Amino acid sequence: MAVRERLSGNEAVAYAIRQIAPDVMPAFPITPSTEIPQYVANYIANGKVDTEFIHVESEHSAMSAAVGASAAGARVVTATSSCGMALMWEELYVAASDRLPVVMALVNRALSGPININADHSDSMGARDSGWIQIYAESNQEVYDNFLQAYPIAENPAVRLPVMICQDGFITSHGVENILLVEDDKVKEFVGEYCPEHYLLKEKETMAIGPYAVSNYYMETKRAQREAMKNAKGAILEAAQRFERMTGRKYGFFEEYRMEDAEYAIVIIGSAAGTCKAAVDQIRETTGKKVGLLKIRVFRPFPEEELAAALKDKKAVAVLDRSEMFSATGGPVGAEVRAALYDAKSRAEVVNYFYGLGGRDITVEDFRQIYDRLEEIAQTHIIEDMYAYIGLREK
Amino acid sequence: METAYNYKEVMSRPERLAPGHRMCAGCGGTVTVRAVLRALHPEDRAVVGNATGCLEVSTFMYPYTAYEDSYIHNAFENAGATLSGVETAYRVLKKKGKIKENYKFITFGGDGGTYDIGFQSLSGAMERGHDMVYVCYDNGAYMNTGTQRSSATPQFADTTTTPAGTASSGKVQVRKDLTAIMADHHIPYAAQTTFTANFKDLHTKAQKAIYTPGAAFLNVMSPCPRGWGYDPSELMNICKLAVETCYWPLYEVADGRWILSYEPKKKLPIEDFLRPQKRFKHLFGPGGEELIGLFQAEVDRRWEELRERCGS
Repeated sequence: MAVRERLSGNEAVAYAIRQIAPDVMPAFPITPSTEIPQYVANYIANGKVDTEFIHVESEHSAMSAAVGASAAGARVVTATSSCGMALMWEELYVAASDRLPVVMALVNRALSGPININADHSDSMGARDSGWIQIYAESNQEVYDNFLQAYPIAENPAVRLPVMICQDGFITSHGVENILLVEDDKVKEFVGEYCPEHYLLKEKETMAIGPYAVSNYYMETKRAQREAMKNAKGAILEAAQRFERMTGRKYGFFEEYRMEDAEYAIVIIGSAAGTCKAAVDQIRETTGKKVGLLKIRVFRPFPEEELAAALKDKKAVAVLDRSEMFSATGGPVGAEVRAALYDAKSRAEVVNYFYGLGGRDITVEDFRQIYDRLEEIAQTHIIEDMYAYIGLREK
Repeated sequence: METAYNYKEVMSRPERLAPGHRMCAGCGGTVTVRAVLRALHPEDRAVVGNATGCLEVSTFMYPYTAYEDSYIHNAFENAGATLSGVETAYRVLKKKGKIKENYKFITFGGDGGTYDIGFQSLSGAMERGHDMVYVCYDNGAYMNTGTQRSSATPQFADTTTTPAGTASSGKVQVRKDLTAIMADHHIPYAAQTTFTANFKDLHTKAQKAIYTPGAAFLNVMSPCPRGWGYDPSELMNICKLAVETCYWPLYEVADGRWILSYEPKKKLPIEDFLRPQKRFKHLFGPGGEELIGLFQAEVDRRWEELRERCGS
């Protein structure tokens, strides 16, 4: 029997942390993820969880301590956002290349400057090359469910990579929604015990981690990391299958919403998918036009083939990015989706828009207009507003 | 808990740093590491941490490690935070019955990774009171990258970023007093030491640092033949001069009590320490007398302050 509750995304993640009870949590506060370490500290202070909290003096130290604790053989969790993750940037690469299954709750917030505390994906997108598995959520239910699957994915022996579980700042992290929670004992059974093969504190064995490696050796370690990231696809699906057996809720690399017969599709990550779904329903009800939404859940590893298969036969596709990569052309999601469609020899017209930067709102009406544009683009085969910013104040 | 120092017994303990690493001949850093690790009880296991620097890149070159104990290197500025994580994992896993053996946690950083870029990480680790020892092997500059100045570099030293020239006399600022700063974190034990008198001072301080519960800091002057410009065979003599001129006083702060470990019967002039080192060669040319005077004044001022703090 699932537990019915009403929680914010941050409360849900903290609840999951209490249930999983990782050994060590080094964390530093930053809006809008601050509540996660606060809720966990509260659980600890009231004897509800035995996780040991390390009050590190910066986010760089948070990930440094996470690397140390994980290498030592402990299960480790941390939480951060925006500049906090930017500060730990070099450590993200160390955690991944040291093959440590650290889990991070990443509450998406725009990178400075100017300083802005609202939702956009520039933080996690900025770390897409670091070697971390990146899984996104539309709602508090999804972030909770993703969090429960995180360690089984990270600790899979064929993977052994760190995982960041992302949710949109304030929109999901602070918005209270109904949620179905899994019982404590079921979570414990699902997540299991952490049993690393090699660790610093292993009995009768020593280990040295973090070498200096000259050019004769470095490249092979990256190839090994690549292989682990490829294996992550299977591990993600495996964890999702086990999760479905436990809860009935299905997860994959992405969600296809009314895509079976769709001619025009939007590709998006995160909470704005909910707004888009409302637009899809409205359009279908009022006009009968065949529109759909593809919501990407797993961005790293990038499910290239599966995405291409889902999109290639559409007439027109709009890929929406919630972060700039300042290529003076497309955004990160746009670039990778278009590359996938190119390899699949798709004939779909593809346009790439930016939205929601610094937490700017996107509305049902905005999405309706995008679908209108897609119909126009499919007919004329002319794209005049490539890389446009949705909702920009022109004057 | 202090055992009487038996030089022969201590020196015949098995080495926990294996030979075959790439450190320079006459490097003070290696001597520091071996001396500190010798203070471990042979039955205790250790996790050795290390900031990036000469020591790390020369003792852990894939696929070889020189350490008999488990070892972790992470990055340049986070030896403190990294070992905080290891130590915390140990406490948690031990409490859960998953670890049977006893471990000690010792991390090494050069002055670069300790006084400067690693300062915050060190401060945080000490403030949180992790049961660990941070050992700074202070060779007075960023040696691994070619002798650039650090805040541990003495005033007037010639380094590659503070070269002595027609318009410069070397490093402008005086050095930071890191041992005092760490003592003022109110940790159970902080000490300053180097290689003198059969290594008794270094050994007993390392032993206290390791076996006093809580956070401990050791600042070990570890001369660098390349950066300081002395013949490798002169290593021990340079250390003796540093102590006898009071450039590098030996002291400890245990539970807030400042204790002077050694007071020279005859305090030597600072010139005796400066003269054998090429990095101070320019102080023995025209105009150098005045600069040596300033250097002496600073040494004297700090020495008197220390004596007062130690109540002598």
